[in-house]
Amino acid sequence: MAADSIAVPLPRTESRSLLLDWLCTVDHKKIGMMYIVYALIFLVIMGCEAILMRIQLARPESTFLSADAFNRLFTMHGTTGIFFVAMPILIGFGNYFVPLMIGARDMAFPRLNAFSFWMTAFGGILLYASFFTGGSLLHGGDAPAVGWFAYAPLTSPAFSPGHGTDFWNLSLLLAGIGSIGAAVNFIATVLCMRCPGMTLGKMPLFAWMNLVTGGLILVAISPLTAAQLMLMADRFLGGHFFDPAAGGQPVMWMHFFWIFGHPEVYVLIIPSFAFISEVLPVFSRKAIFGYPAMVAATAGIGFVSLGVWAHHLFTVGMPSYGNAFFVLTTMVVAVPTGIKIFNWLATMWGGKIRFATPMLFCIGFLFQFLIGGLTGVMLATAPFDWQLNNSYFVVAHFHYIIVGGILFAIFAAFYYWFPKMTGRMLSEKLGKWHFWIFVLGFHLTFDFMHVPGLLGMPRRVYTYQAGRGWGVWNMISSIGVIFQAAAILIFVYNIVHSYFRGALAGNDPWDAWTLEWATTSPPAEYNFSSVPAVRSRRPLWDIKHPEDPDWKYE
Amino acid sequence: MRKFRLRVWLWRAGRACVAALCSASAVFAAATPAPFSPTNIFAPDSTPARSIFRISAFVLEITGAIFVVVFSLLAYAVIKYREPKDDDGHEPAQVYGSNQMELAWTVLPVLIVVVLFLSTAQVIHRVQDARAPADALQVTAVGHQFWWEYRYPQYNFSTANELHVPISDPGHAVPTYLGLLSADVDHSFWVPRLAGKTDLIPNHPNTTWIDPHQTGIFLGQCAQFCGTAHANMLLRVYVQSPDDFQSWVHEQEQPAVNDPSTAAGRALFVAKACFACHTIRGTMAAGKVGPDLTHLMSRDTIAAGILPNTPENLRKWIQDPPAMKEGALMPKVDMTDEQLTQITAYLETLK
Ligand code: HEC
Ligand SMILES: [Cu+2]
Ligand SMILES: [Cu+2]
Repeated sequence: MAADSIAVPLPRTESRSLLLDWLCTVDHKKIGMMYIVYALIFLVIMGCEAILMRIQLARPESTFLSADAFNRLFTMHGTTGIFFVAMPILIGFGNYFVPLMIGARDMAFPRLNAFSFWMTAFGGILLYASFFTGGSLLHGGDAPAVGWFAYAPLTSPAFSPGHGTDFWNLSLLLAGIGSIGAAVNFIATVLCMRCPGMTLGKMPLFAWMNLVTGGLILVAISPLTAAQLMLMADRFLGGHFFDPAAGGQPVMWMHFFWIFGHPEVYVLIIPSFAFISEVLPVFSRKAIFGYPAMVAATAGIGFVSLGVWAHHLFTVGMPSYGNAFFVLTTMVVAVPTGIKIFNWLATMWGGKIRFATPMLFCIGFLFQFLIGGLTGVMLATAPFDWQLNNSYFVVAHFHYIIVGGILFAIFAAFYYWFPKMTGRMLSEKLGKWHFWIFVLGFHLTFDFMHVPGLLGMPRRVYTYQAGRGWGVWNMISSIGVIFQAAAILIFVYNIVHSYFRGALAGNDPWDAWTLEWATTSPPAEYNFSSVPAVRSRRPLWDIKHPEDPDWKYE
Repeated sequence: MRKFRLRVWLWRAGRACVAALCSASAVFAAATPAPFSPTNIFAPDSTPARSIFRISAFVLEITGAIFVVVFSLLAYAVIKYREPKDDDGHEPAQVYGSNQMELAWTVLPVLIVVVLFLSTAQVIHRVQDARAPADALQVTAVGHQFWWEYRYPQYNFSTANELHVPISDPGHAVPTYLGLLSADVDHSFWVPRLAGKTDLIPNHPNTTWIDPHQTGIFLGQCAQFCGTAHANMLLRVYVQSPDDFQSWVHEQEQPAVNDPSTAAGRALFVAKACFACHTIRGTMAAGKVGPDLTHLMSRDTIAAGILPNTPENLRKWIQDPPAMKEGALMPKVDMTDEQLTQITAYLETLK
């Protein structure tokens, strides 16, 4: 074993137990890891919820689950997926790698960082406590059954007695505070902690995209928090914000929710873009094509995404010019998104593509994100949406983005950065099995899920009638889940196995170009023994190619 | 020998498949009036649904073309630019960008967006801003957890779960304009072959319209999650010829039949508090919580379309509604078998 590739042991100043070490840490890398592990646990939980639902829906008029149990499951599945899987995992990677990539020793506010994580963590635990209160566990205890967007007035005490809705409300309030803390931290870190020489224009796209995400979280979470406080007032203090009998407006909740909800989509997809923008160039062996255009497109998407929320409300009876306005803004988002796809393609063009597992997931991302984007254009066409809204077509569409896009990008990130985080490589062989089986399962489930939507099947139905022509498609979707679950098992096994037995990674296993690869794997607590200075966007390229450095061209 | 057997086997399997396909499609065609499904959005039969269908097809063509182009580029890049096995280890030429290219793939999508937006806006206007002609049929649909109330203000009666409207042929257009209200939470009215969906939201009256071009039964269901039994809140629209529709209206306008032979059941309807929730015109029952039962027996189904309206189903329903439809808001009322028979017999006279 080469001595130079073994991780430098962390210097210990005091002798704390390992557990206490993690619980009290303010190190951005440990916090990042905790976010990621926490999210992985919830990923498995939400996957189990999905499996139960897919068993129920595989056949018409099935009696596997009760209506209440099913309604609780889809509420928990959606809420968990957005707030306790996707957000923490993306924030976790950001936490770990933003400081490393900009040559900083930690996030700007390490204590706030720990506070944010624990808020999010308590949020998830609180949400799941609902299963163990109220009624029988078999029917989902007192878990919320209002859908992840919790439309009023279904959330009022009259229609949602018990405390399921309160669990939903309070846990998301907590998680929201955590997200806002993380956002403040990202913004401050990126703006104030860059190493010498790293101007904004020389920052890796990863940092840029996390900066935009931070900005979006700040403006998007607040309306949700405001609406949740109103809901709390309605439920506990006799408020009437959403109470129609007292002149309250249920439609107002919808607007508040989606003013949060749509930018939230970009809070999830922009960090995924960040992963792709780092991984794809390295495995194409080329610099990212059109860096300034990528930055502009990211900022553009962030900006426009604040003005599109009502495309979720084409069926609530807005006036025709209101509908037309949101059609326009939503379609405009396609332009910067297209720019990104074309720049990624151009990055691959003329390169020497290496099909290691991270790259496979990137290519899967590109393919599926393309399709998910195009079905998005269909949904943006308000009249088409009058048919598709709230149907299984929408469910298929957003799973294409969230699983086919975001989750694929997350897998790419895992295979790419795991060596840096642990000092060990993930098995390439298992990685390829993981990729291909997951691709198969994904397409079985979600390609065929579009069809029942086109044939009139609404979402959130725990059962459906035979004779509607929906059975076959649902059966195929359910079968796909078996493959997805198998692939996830392989992935989890790969992580656990490689953590202990994987091949040693060394500092720079992928021959990459950004600063995190200049330090040890895993990095020491202080990240860099001396703060690096950079002259271009790819400091390691400059070192490796002194005859032809990047800074000559930028 | 082996080969021969294999061929026989293949031939048999093929024949079985063809036979299965034929019979399956025959069953399919007989069971469903529209291709694939009775709620297929691509089998429109009313003006709004047709306008939606046309713009949808247009968008599908454009997005399909974009897919083919971008996918081909991706596939080409992946195949053409894979690292060769005997690679020399040199990095490829580094290209940092090109303003002309960026301009090209910005302007082209902008043009596509402009075209898509203009054609979409036109359809929105045409469907949403259509004015009701003076002789249009007006119906108010009220969403309840978990059934539909239909009021016919021009005729002064209301019914439940089965909406009857006249056919609207091009020669004599009689569109139906639906006012959409909610008695409790959000619902959504979606009969895919007649129109896109529109939500029923408390404190936020909406409208939609349909002008079916064919007689028959059109299906759909509530499309906004509204609680436990959301999945069992089905929609049925009966499109009738003008004469049939008029005679249906005439029937519905009559007060309930009063058959003295079922007086016992009628008394039970009051004694068991059914009257507090249900209306039977011509009797003292004027409740508004549940469906109007004045002409219950004129309906094909009960419980918002999930059960055929047969004497057995009716009896089972009254015996224990939440057992037939989880979450239904009609309580189980304790009754002896005899009382159950009497009350069912009474309801069966409500033609
Ligand atoms: C608390 C109010 C309430 C009471 C009391 C009540 N019902 Fe109902 N009833 C309802 C509701 C609500 C529905 C609609 C259920 C659904 O489809 O979800 C309904 C549905 C029905 C239906 C089916 C109607 C249709 O067209 O779908 C019948 C028949 C019926 N009730 C009969 C009775 C009888 C008989 C009694 C007395 C034993 C009774 N109801 C007592 C609320 C009530
Ligand atoms: Cu959106
Ligand atoms: Cu409903």
